[in-house]
Amino acid sequence: MKKLFLSLAALTACSLHAGDWRQFRGPHGNGIADETDLPAKLDAQNIAWKINLPGRGLSSPIIVGDRIFVTASSGPKQERLHVLCFNAADGTQRWERQFWATGVTLAHEKTSVAAPTPTSDGEHVFALFSSNDLVCLDLDGNLLWLRGLTHDYPRASNSLGMSSSLVVTDGVVVAMIENDSESFTAGLDVKSGVNLWKLDRPKMANWTSPYLLKGTNSPTLVALQSGKGIAAVEPKTGRVVWEYTDGASTVPSGAVSGGIIFAPSKGLTAITPGVDGQPPTQIWRSAQLRPATSSPVVLDGRVFTLNDAGVLTAGSAIDGSRLWQLRLQGPHSATPVVAGKLLYCVNEKGLLQVVDSTAPEGAIVGELDLGQVVLSTPSIAHGALYVRSDGTLWKLKKS
Amino acid sequence: MSDSLRKLSVIAIATSLLVSTASALTTAEAVSAIRNVGAEGRGNSNASAALQDLAKAEARELPTILAGMDGASPVALNWLRSGVESIVAREAAAGRKLPVADLEKFVDQTSHHPRARRFAYELIVKADPAKADTMIAGMLNDPSTELRRDAVQRVLDEAAKSREAKKDADAVASYQQALKSARDVDQVQAISKALSELGQPVSLPEVFGWVNDWRVIGPFDNTGGTGYETVFPPEQNLDFGAEYAGKSGKVGWKSVTTTNDLGMVDLNKPLGTLKEVTGYAVTEFQSDGARPVELRLGCKNGWKLWLNGELQFGRDEYHRGTEIDHYRLKANLKPGKNVILVKVTQNEMKEEWTVEWEFQLRITDDLGTPIKFAKN
Repeated sequence: MKKLFLSLAALTACSLHAGDWRQFRGPHGNGIADETDLPAKLDAQNIAWKINLPGRGLSSPIIVGDRIFVTASSGPKQERLHVLCFNAADGTQRWERQFWATGVTLAHEKTSVAAPTPTSDGEHVFALFSSNDLVCLDLDGNLLWLRGLTHDYPRASNSLGMSSSLVVTDGVVVAMIENDSESFTAGLDVKSGVNLWKLDRPKMANWTSPYLLKGTNSPTLVALQSGKGIAAVEPKTGRVVWEYTDGASTVPSGAVSGGIIFAPSKGLTAITPGVDGQPPTQIWRSAQLRPATSSPVVLDGRVFTLNDAGVLTAGSAIDGSRLWQLRLQGPHSATPVVAGKLLYCVNEKGLLQVVDSTAPEGAIVGELDLGQVVLSTPSIAHGALYVRSDGTLWKLKKS
Repeated sequence: MSDSLRKLSVIAIATSLLVSTASALTTAEAVSAIRNVGAEGRGNSNASAALQDLAKAEARELPTILAGMDGASPVALNWLRSGVESIVAREAAAGRKLPVADLEKFVDQTSHHPRARRFAYELIVKADPAKADTMIAGMLNDPSTELRRDAVQRVLDEAAKSREAKKDADAVASYQQALKSARDVDQVQAISKALSELGQPVSLPEVFGWVNDWRVIGPFDNTGGTGYETVFPPEQNLDFGAEYAGKSGKVGWKSVTTTNDLGMVDLNKPLGTLKEVTGYAVTEFQSDGARPVELRLGCKNGWKLWLNGELQFGRDEYHRGTEIDHYRLKANLKPGKNVILVKVTQNEMKEEWTVEWEFQLRITDDLGTPIKFAKN
């Protein structure tokens, strides 16, 4: 009976958290939110609140229920790592935890040590930094475990900065620590942080993030993208189930929609996932849909890519043909996020542009200048859009 | 080993058994359990349980917990920090004040871990900003780089005010005072720039203390990156009169002295602007006695470094970036002659920004103060 009660309680807690944004690019890892009620036209009235952050960061905010979690780094060498929790309702701070970087904090000036987006399984927050420090906290900020992955593996670092975000599934946190020198991906036990597995990976710098491949009749796999291609691994063992070996980008990450992987590989390549030991099958490949820094987004049978200059290209997700192009104001580093038919694209100057994806040639239907450099991908949760810069976190919603 | 460390070591043995069975650990036991965390997450479960007990400690025990950071691993430091933060958050929520006098006493004891002292100082900043301000003024020569940095910044602020008031002599005096204490590279560079503008140029090579004099040899092969792990003759034996088969003919040792402001030893100059090659550089010097040092290296090529024949560290990353003191290697010098051998490999990239085949090195104490040695 006690077990049944606990199960029901867990179910209730889980349902309360519908509409969360618990990882980089949201609940499905592809930038698409489950909700639709966000504003199209934007002005200052849509800013529900904005707050100052104590340090730099490119990581996206994640949202679990009424709590927003943000990472940041501060200090002359960004050696102070911050994990912060705010109330979604009014932006007030619930708690903050700080850590000292135990790994390398050198990074290109455009990025920062707080580049990887944290993730949550609804009970814990897992935060990774470019120094390869990984901490696990409960939702109240109590430390449960931590790892210094460069402390453990001293040659694992990237002098331009690391940025791969985390994913968590099946009780395993997957951390891609892929770089030129000591390159690996590890699956860590959610409860203790110890290695469940550690997989040698191609020795090359890699800024992409892992994403989940959720099969309807098959176990969830984790896609690891690198310059060599894509490896799909079992989260509990790290066993490589299948590999795509045609090369892939080391900056934008792939997107999954309708069981198809849209991989930044030789332009953009649509593939059906492989099965055990069998490689994926290519559906189409398009040079015209090549993404730049931003990752692709797939919505209602169309795939959207954004180049650094700000040209948004829509293509058919069915055959890869180009449908239309729309010039936004660039440049862009952030990946667009989607609510309903609207794409929210924020450029590096902090100009948030809202695109109606259903207009015949696409149309910008709203704009808001946030007035600060923004390189971080926004997040959408519970009817609001969250955007962060090096110094500010904004909440935007219908006024 | 200090008394406190010895006590913690004894407690550690008992604690590893206690954590899983006892109901609650004392503060000392909890600190000890946390200090036991090892590589690859070993000890995490014990530390996590101990942290729950530690978080229940009374605020008056904060200095004890902070003292537990002395000699702790960088990972354990973060665990202990989190315990302190939990206690501080609990006290703040209850509206209770922190034991500022005890924390001040802790900060004043410079034998404690620099990060623990800085952390204690930051707690004082929040609890009693005026007290903290008074404290920092006397920390120009503090063994904590973070505390020292703030003290230097105060002097720099004074210098800037003097400059604004056209009191250049006062400004120069302040900048020169700051330069003596500054150890953070960005502060040293800012001071140098200001003094130069005030007609008092600074010798940056002197301030940073670069190792300027080297013998170099190469090129050896690094086609396809294979040279990084290949043991070429200089790794086996240093014979400065010898010649070896290089990548494209015989190679011998050449003397090189760098006068570069950043101490860069540019191998392209003596060995040729080449790709997929390996070069070596050697320096020798005398140390008065055995002593710990930091070997601080900057390099954007593949590299390995040996001290007296023992490999210290190396990385085979190319052209991603570097900075002064990019790699800080803790090492121990021996009395008399010491020999540092640096291997620098260049890769196949052809872009203009991949031409660099160079490194910089200085020998410092753990604070970054350069140490001068007699040449061999």
